[in-house]
Amino acid sequence: MDVLLEGVRHAVGLLLGGDPEILEVLWLSLQVSGTATLVALLLGIPAGAALALSRFPGRTLLVSAVNTGMGLPPVVVGLFVTIFLWRSGPLGDWEVLYTPAAIVLAQAVIASPIVTGITLAAVQNVPAKFRLQLLALGASRAQMVWVTLREARLPMLAAVMAGFGGVISEIGASMMVGGNIKGQTRTLTTAMVLETGKGEFGIAIALSILLLTLVFGVNWALTTIQQRRA
Amino acid sequence: MRRLILTLLMLLLVLPPAARAQGAGSRTVILSTTTSTQDSGLLDVLVPMFERSTGYSLKTISVGTGQALALAARGEADVTLAHAPGLERTYVAEGRMQNRRLVMYNDILVIGPESDPAEIRGEQSVVAALKKIAGARARFVSRGDKSGTHSRELSLWKAAGITPAAPWYIESGQGMGATLGIANDRQGYTLTDRATMLAFVRRVDLEPMVEGDRLLLNIYSVMEVNPANGPRVNATGGTAFANFMLAPETQAVIKTFGVDKYGQPLFVPIAGKKDEDF
Repeated sequence: MDVLLEGVRHAVGLLLGGDPEILEVLWLSLQVSGTATLVALLLGIPAGAALALSRFPGRTLLVSAVNTGMGLPPVVVGLFVTIFLWRSGPLGDWEVLYTPAAIVLAQAVIASPIVTGITLAAVQNVPAKFRLQLLALGASRAQMVWVTLREARLPMLAAVMAGFGGVISEIGASMMVGGNIKGQTRTLTTAMVLETGKGEFGIAIALSILLLTLVFGVNWALTTIQQRRA
Repeated sequence: MRRLILTLLMLLLVLPPAARAQGAGSRTVILSTTTSTQDSGLLDVLVPMFERSTGYSLKTISVGTGQALALAARGEADVTLAHAPGLERTYVAEGRMQNRRLVMYNDILVIGPESDPAEIRGEQSVVAALKKIAGARARFVSRGDKSGTHSRELSLWKAAGITPAAPWYIESGQGMGATLGIANDRQGYTLTDRATMLAFVRRVDLEPMVEGDRLLLNIYSVMEVNPANGPRVNATGGTAFANFMLAPETQAVIKTFGVDKYGQPLFVPIAGKKDEDF
């Protein structure tokens, strides 16, 4: 128990003291996971909407694949992205392994199916009659898709929250493709594993509190928007 | 509110992910090394020194010794700092690593519960102690992760002529810190490096049982990666780091590292020595 108390004291000290190393780790986590979520939104929203609004052979198979992807184990993504980014791998020329860009890439792979899947569900929840009505009123197909997406925007905020929450708390991929390098690719979660390994449980607990606060803050902001418009 | 979120998102996109400072290609050196060098905090001191004195940017990948050497053999690293002499010599003999030089040592010890069920406290020979543990079927927690400490443990069992097995032999598959936690919880014996033991001294109430045996010396070497291992090996940078580890100023830092925190140094520098000296 004394470990927990020490951790909480430590967390308060680190936060109030503005420890530059911790702030750097916090900022990097926020940037990397924020960018990855953004990439996932750019890919996932069009993909999810297209899947929701079209019918073609093999669609069920594809939707099942997306739903499976929503639970993609980060460590599997990390392994494959690492192999691709190796100097000897197909993307070795990029020379981005062990950089923040590599973590963004891996996290975008993790978050994209989540965003796609939730968008798909949100758009399908908009009644089909509503879409027919839009078309009957003379909307073009593009206008119909746009209005439908707007109609589904509240449930889609959940996609942002799930995607961001998933990647910022993910550890397996960040560790493998980032390498937990001090001052370069050390994120909140990889720092936590390191400090635990070092026996610095106080710092590790402080970092957990920081991570939870951060995720809560982001979700709180998004929920506020979602509920205000509901 | 929505505008605020949008602005924040735009900011994230516009600001390039941090740490673009390191130059591309040949100014970056990748070091594959063991978790113990990082967990002890030694690299946190040495890496900035190296970067300042040479202008290289160093990326440290801390993994088990087995993986550190495997990565280097694939040309995914430029230089390796490891502590598994037997395995290292295999890699050097196969030509995948070259110019292996000794850097420093620390020691490994057998620790165990105060009750000492196998009665090994004070035993001089680690091999004899392991025989007693196996004879008493006393619980022993192994790293089981192909790390330097684990391969040392396996060679000691071999020397004792014993094939350890469940149920008294437990493999944690984790790092030294986590393994100490498990050994403590299960009140078993384990093999640990001194640095990690000192870091955990407040949380683990296992006691030193066997120490000082020559077989328990934990020797760290630096090896350069054969440029033929892969297309983008930075051989010059790798050599620069290897030379840095053996430079007198670096060796002086190693000699006193840990004194301020633990009251005793964690490593003994041995640049210029050979395997035969030990």
